[in-house]
Amino acid sequence: MSEAAGAPRRLRVFLETRRTDSWWAFQLFTLLVLTAFVAYATQRVFVDAHYEWGPYLSPFYSPVLFGDSRHALFGPKPEWWPSWAPFSPALLILAIPAGFRFTCYYYRGAYYKAFWADPPACAVGEPGLRGRRFRGEHRWPLILQNVHRYFLYLSVVVVGFLAYDVYLATQFEDGFGIGVGTVLFAVNIVLIAGYTFGCHSMRHLLGGRRDVLPKSAIGRACYQGCSRLNRRHMLFAWLSLFTVWSCDVYVRLLSMGVIRDIRIL
Amino acid sequence: MTAHPTRRVTLRIWRGDRNDGRFVDYVADVDEGMVVLDAVHLVQATQAPDLAVRWNCKAGKCGSCSAEVNGMPRLMCMTRIDQLPADEPITVEPMAAFPLVRDLVTDVRWNYEVKKKIRPFRPRKPDAADGTWRMDQEDVDRVQEFRKCIECFLCQNVCHVLRDHDKHAEFIGPRFFVYAAALEMHPLDTEDRLADLRHRDGIGYCNITKCCTVVCPEHITITDNAIIPLKERVADRFYDPIRRALRVLFGD
Amino acid sequence: MAHGYERHDCEVLVIGAGGAGLRAAIEASAAGARTAVVMKSLLGKAHTVMAEGGMAAALAHVDDRDSWKVHFADTMRGGQYLNQWRMAEIHAKEAPERVRELEAWGALFDRTADGRILQRNFGGHRYPRLAHVGDRTGLEMIRTLQDHGVHQGIDFHMETTAFRLLKDGERIAGALCYERERGRFVVFRARAVVLATGGIGRAYRITSNSWEYTGDGHALAYHAGASLMDMEFVQFHPTGMVWPPSVRGVLVTEGVRGEGGVLRNRDGHRFMFDDIPENYRNQTATDPDEGWRYVIGDKNARRPPELLTRDHVARCINREIKAGRGSPHGGVYLDIAWIREKLGDAAREHIRRKLPSMYHQFKQLAGIDITVEPMEVGPTVHYIMGGVRVDPETQMSDVPGLFAAGEVAAGLHGANRLGGNSLSDLLVFGRRAGLYAAQYARSVSDPTLDEDDIQRAAAEALAPFERDGGENPYALQRELQDLMQDLVGIVRTEAELLRALEGIARLRERARNVSVGGNREYNPGWHTALDLEPLLTVSEAITRAALERKESRGGHFRDDYPNKDPQYGAFNLVVRKAADGTMQLERRPLAPMPEELTRIIEEQK
Repeated sequence: MSEAAGAPRRLRVFLETRRTDSWWAFQLFTLLVLTAFVAYATQRVFVDAHYEWGPYLSPFYSPVLFGDSRHALFGPKPEWWPSWAPFSPALLILAIPAGFRFTCYYYRGAYYKAFWADPPACAVGEPGLRGRRFRGEHRWPLILQNVHRYFLYLSVVVVGFLAYDVYLATQFEDGFGIGVGTVLFAVNIVLIAGYTFGCHSMRHLLGGRRDVLPKSAIGRACYQGCSRLNRRHMLFAWLSLFTVWSCDVYVRLLSMGVIRDIRIL
Repeated sequence: MTAHPTRRVTLRIWRGDRNDGRFVDYVADVDEGMVVLDAVHLVQATQAPDLAVRWNCKAGKCGSCSAEVNGMPRLMCMTRIDQLPADEPITVEPMAAFPLVRDLVTDVRWNYEVKKKIRPFRPRKPDAADGTWRMDQEDVDRVQEFRKCIECFLCQNVCHVLRDHDKHAEFIGPRFFVYAAALEMHPLDTEDRLADLRHRDGIGYCNITKCCTVVCPEHITITDNAIIPLKERVADRFYDPIRRALRVLFGD
Repeated sequence: MAHGYERHDCEVLVIGAGGAGLRAAIEASAAGARTAVVMKSLLGKAHTVMAEGGMAAALAHVDDRDSWKVHFADTMRGGQYLNQWRMAEIHAKEAPERVRELEAWGALFDRTADGRILQRNFGGHRYPRLAHVGDRTGLEMIRTLQDHGVHQGIDFHMETTAFRLLKDGERIAGALCYERERGRFVVFRARAVVLATGGIGRAYRITSNSWEYTGDGHALAYHAGASLMDMEFVQFHPTGMVWPPSVRGVLVTEGVRGEGGVLRNRDGHRFMFDDIPENYRNQTATDPDEGWRYVIGDKNARRPPELLTRDHVARCINREIKAGRGSPHGGVYLDIAWIREKLGDAAREHIRRKLPSMYHQFKQLAGIDITVEPMEVGPTVHYIMGGVRVDPETQMSDVPGLFAAGEVAAGLHGANRLGGNSLSDLLVFGRRAGLYAAQYARSVSDPTLDEDDIQRAAAEALAPFERDGGENPYALQRELQDLMQDLVGIVRTEAELLRALEGIARLRERARNVSVGGNREYNPGWHTALDLEPLLTVSEAITRAALERKESRGGHFRDDYPNKDPQYGAFNLVVRKAADGTMQLERRPLAPMPEELTRIIEEQK
């Protein structure tokens, strides 16, 4: 036996750990991807153009409440909109999916770790500054995360529109058709729906709030289906993030004339 | 009989008590299939008879031999040496979130005190004439997952609210959210623990890092199946104005 | 210099916090007695958590032909009629109530389709009888008792070992214990003491038992003047893991066979059909098909031979291995994956659902997926039928005020215990011990402690620190385990037993010279040194009783007397400490059974 280099047992120094695996890799991935996405979306939200092409409407902008688009539900940009304020349909609607994801139980855990380093990863030392003053979601401001369920309710409506957009994406000028964009939209809606309907708040609504699960066949199927999706919530969260992003980029590039849509059918 | 190849490993074990301590390297020849606890026992029997380690069943069922192996909270009896990196010393140290007693043994009594505070099971009146109840397997399933808990306290140890923020006085930790969930979702239970969970038990301190789920040797989906559903129930009661209005209008 | 100690007064002191100890404490404290519990481990870690299969109780939820009478007859047949019939009767009658009570305290058993407690098949039980929770029934039970008990004002002392029972004249007066953590002595003055310390598995090398099972209660009672009975009957569980070497002995639940698992030798032959004992022939399937039909609930089918009693299955496995027909690592194959032939793809899910901890145990420790591959298994020391001789009604031993319940008590199981009868034993007799201990405590005054006794015992406990360069306690324990495994194992002969006695005597000499270093704080070396005495005492008792019983019956098999001898079926062997300190053996005739019980046994033949 021999004495090893004496290190303090308590791991209270930022990033200190005796883990030997690459614990930082996934945190770095989360940090980079979410940063890139938020940066892209923030820039995008102020762009009142290039959100539709042919039968495709970018999911960042759907549903279009007001705007110079045939998809607009309530006509063009309203009169009362201050002239000095930037405007885009996305500005009106993107808060819903953004809020839904920001308050999502999965993303919360992910960005608390990757962005706040609270903790940087499991069993890895935190910046000492928070110490016992740590509030978590126990107090203001993060107690507001409990609003998640309301974003869910709104998101379900948005999912309805996105599903309708997939139908629209088959209605080309020359009639029914399928393009690469259509396929992209279809995959996106499946993943978005998988993400939305596997939400923890949804699971709560469908049965989690009761001590006895629903006994009707439909009620049971709903709860079990939701639970199954919930088990893959993280996967759906990431994949749907990538597909929704891809859909917007695709439509944008089409609209800008950088690329051309390929018709499959 | 096949031969059992032995392998020489270095175990870097924490030795010390409340006041002082250090890592000490021990070299041991381990057999195929040996777990970290076997190696620690080997060291104990041949090199360090007073090396303190808490263990019991050595089959992952009692949850006594919790420690940190290569920095990760684990049961020593379920961590196979051949699944750890071969050429580096294996560090074995006591759990960080609890006071040290000696060597690998920590004082986990706080956990027992916490449990005492949680309101006990209170069943509804029996359903059947013979004084028993009827329950569907499906409803029981959900709670049975929580009752797999072996109280190894690894989740308590890895939870940064306890480990880094020392919230032992205001936060009961993942183990006891699982315990509370098992009671709250028990088909027979009639007790109400939501106010306790929000205030005294500090469920809001949990920021869903899921580290508890990662380290659970019983593979209980602690965060998604126990803590978040409880957070949702607490939100129903305290943070959801529509729910609250409905409750006022129509009762629960 | 006088040794210091902390003193506690209570009315009932329970030693051990497994199923029996907790149940006793709950009952005693509910009866109004001030109750303290000492335990070697943390609360909720006792060996009961290792019980997997279930607890036997004739609830008749799955097969309505079941009743306490059938359960009673099964228990007696399994025990080769050496059981205390009154205990078997009480057990069969009270077990259902104890199971239901557990449910009322929050336990969640697996359910039948109509929402009642589900029961599963097990060896030696005629009908599906074991209330269970997957394969972690013991955990469910201990957690339920623990969570119920902590709200009852019971005084729990964790990681505290009882070292010596204290007496006031003939009656019990308390116990001297030491805290493992700080090494301090604690003296409990108690009007009644309930022993619930479990078994002796650590006297053997290959065992399913945890380190705690060092025969403490057996030895404490023996030295306090109580009698030990049926000590020759050690149960080898047929299926322990055999590979990798470090997990050799870890239990593989009988539930695997209850769910349809079959035993095969190296050649793939299902050898259990080769040898079916006469008294079970009527109840055993004649071909694999009938066996499978039994497993899936066909009431007209008889059980497969894998579900014969443990003593018999263990010997059959031993025979295959000895004959060179074993598996590569010296076991036989236990195959549950084969049920895919019957259930198709659903089989995997079924196995993982009914046997989750077996699935993980093999996956993690042996790298084997039991849903596709067979397991390698071999016999492992699991249980001792023998223990403190107690009154069947009250569980009081020969020493006034000293009670025993659970594995440390003898009588219920006779020569062989049926799987599933242990958990119900803990509840039924744990409750009775607690109840009658509280009653007894109310009927007597506080005892007086003898300070000299306490000081003598404390000095003895600390003696290993006084010596330098003596024997290594770990090495001695290991030697004893090897000796018992090799000479007093599953098959015994006179010559080997005699050698074992000599070996034990020599080890006892060396144990007097054990030394330990370090200080008293959480010092496992010291603890191991103190565990040697009880281990040696129970080893000697087992060996002496095994020598005396010149026949083969239940868990006791003598190669030199391979048959059952009716003459030996008329008495139990009892061990006592004589005035000169030597171990004495006597034959104690069985109490005559009332006619109505004899009739039940005849009817159930």
